[in-house]
Amino acid sequence: MKKRIASFAVLLLAVAVILTACGSPGTGKGDGSEKVVLNVFNWGDYMCDTVLEAFEKEYPHIKVNYETYTTNEDMYVKIKTGGSAYDVAFPSDYMIKRMIDEGLVKEINMDNIPNYKYIDDQFKNLSYDPDNKYSVPYLWGTVGILYNKTMVTEPVDSWSILWDEKYKKQIIMSDSERDSIGVTLKMLGYSMNTKNIDELEEAKQKMIEQKPLVLAYLVDEAKDMMVAESAAMAVVWSGDALIAMGENENLAYAIPKEGTNYWFDCMVIPSTSKHQKEAEIFINFLCDPEMSLRNVDYIGYATPNTETMKMLDPEVITNSTAYPDLNQLENCEIFEYPGDEVNKIYNRIWTEVKAN
Amino acid sequence: MKKGWISYPYILWMIIFTIVPLLLVMYYGFTKTENGTTVLTPDNFIRVMEPTYLKVLWRSVLLALVSTVVCFIIGYPVAMILAGRDISRKSTLVLLFVIPMWMNFLLRTYAWMTLLDRKGLINTLLGALGLPQLNLLYTDFAVILGMVYNFLPFMVLPIYSVLRKIDRSLIEAAEDLGSDTVTVFRKVIFPLSLPGVVSGITMVFMPAVTTFIISKLLGGSQYMLIGNLIEDQFMRVYDWNFGSAVSIIMMLLILLSMGVMARYDKEGTGGGLF
Repeated sequence: MKKRIASFAVLLLAVAVILTACGSPGTGKGDGSEKVVLNVFNWGDYMCDTVLEAFEKEYPHIKVNYETYTTNEDMYVKIKTGGSAYDVAFPSDYMIKRMIDEGLVKEINMDNIPNYKYIDDQFKNLSYDPDNKYSVPYLWGTVGILYNKTMVTEPVDSWSILWDEKYKKQIIMSDSERDSIGVTLKMLGYSMNTKNIDELEEAKQKMIEQKPLVLAYLVDEAKDMMVAESAAMAVVWSGDALIAMGENENLAYAIPKEGTNYWFDCMVIPSTSKHQKEAEIFINFLCDPEMSLRNVDYIGYATPNTETMKMLDPEVITNSTAYPDLNQLENCEIFEYPGDEVNKIYNRIWTEVKAN
Repeated sequence: MKKGWISYPYILWMIIFTIVPLLLVMYYGFTKTENGTTVLTPDNFIRVMEPTYLKVLWRSVLLALVSTVVCFIIGYPVAMILAGRDISRKSTLVLLFVIPMWMNFLLRTYAWMTLLDRKGLINTLLGALGLPQLNLLYTDFAVILGMVYNFLPFMVLPIYSVLRKIDRSLIEAAEDLGSDTVTVFRKVIFPLSLPGVVSGITMVFMPAVTTFIISKLLGGSQYMLIGNLIEDQFMRVYDWNFGSAVSIIMMLLILLSMGVMARYDKEGTGGGLF
């Protein structure tokens, strides 16, 4: 009997050791040269590969472990449940607010980010992080309709075109909760940040009504489908639109007259991070005008970096797809976090629309 | 008692990876957190009974049933052909059948996306032949196709292994007694192959009813199946309580279907898989 208990205990211990060993990735183990592993969690298609290479070359003691996500919500759940300790993440405005409120992000020591001085003032002190303590702007953009000029001949100036029977099974909606609900609210003439139950319910009905017309709900694949001319229009973010337009000249991007969402993706350090110093080095590196330029060239979104702006081709800046004048965008809003209770309603609406 | 110690690793394994997670799922399924306090509640299950979600459940079962039937109709003859061949060619055939399974499941499904796309290979061919183009990708058809393609080997292999073991002399005896081919099949071969059929059906139906990646890639997140519903609750919405309730309902569903199948497999020889 004793022997049995002993062998059981040994087994338990063995399993415990194995489990703890598996449970702590990225603590700089391995090939002798004590490298710090920096876990970076970014959107899909959201950084130029050469930037990562340049970073690892310049800081040979840091190895970047790069992972991607599709939507803010995906990222939030992974960080909230804390499976792996990420060191840098790239949430958008409303999600930054939520993460700050829930204590999921650390204060960044701005003394370690000297390149912060290049960030344009209009991207500082925004409502989601009023004192600029937690986030450093990475890129910004808008939501709009990417359409194929040969398939859609009428002017695209209203979100309601996404409900036009003529384009049955030719419409791609965004598989991102806030974006799809947001454009529906805008189409109905409501705020994208509404907390009014009736308005939200009306938006839900509209989205269910729209479902038979929708070809698919996609995020990163949407631009590929549009380039391949497999659909007539898609709700996309401005950078994806620019990349797609660069690959197929029949495509165009429009911001409907009802207004849209303009958003800011920022770099934050999750509170589970064990490498704050290296994370700050990384954030600073991404704010470097040269690196920022490489990213902007590669992914098409707009930069908040004043030095990068100077290096850009003036044609790119006057291009309204990439750099719409923030002061002239009418009815446009930044997403706000509506609070836990209303957020549940948003979640539920999205689940019911998708399930229907 | 004496042989007991060798089973400890397995018991431990089952406790850590089956019992504990199951208890956690039960815990989440029957509770909800409001204003920081966790209370016992049947709300999550009441929500599953809403028409919207029942529709998802029904759609999942229906698509899984259709793909199981299609797998069976395609798979049984294939298994018979494989079992009937002489040794040398047979192993090559079986190998050819199994090779696609060595490839990554996701990769195979992505490949179908490029084939079915409106500007994909199939439509290009149709166009070249002057035939009208079809809307293939992001339809029910695409999802069923994906399931049949991915799960067909799970139908063929169990049937094949049972068919191969059928005693030839039984068939010869039936023939000697004057049965024609159809009768031999109906009265001898098919009844003897039933255990393989049963395990084939379970092995196709279960992954089909729970799949979420096929419906996501080939259905464009449009045809939400129960697997997608659960994935969303856990990975996006962060409503683990509702997600757990749906998972429990699905487990019951599978348990039920296994119970039904077990009635047809009284000897329990269904390849010994479940």
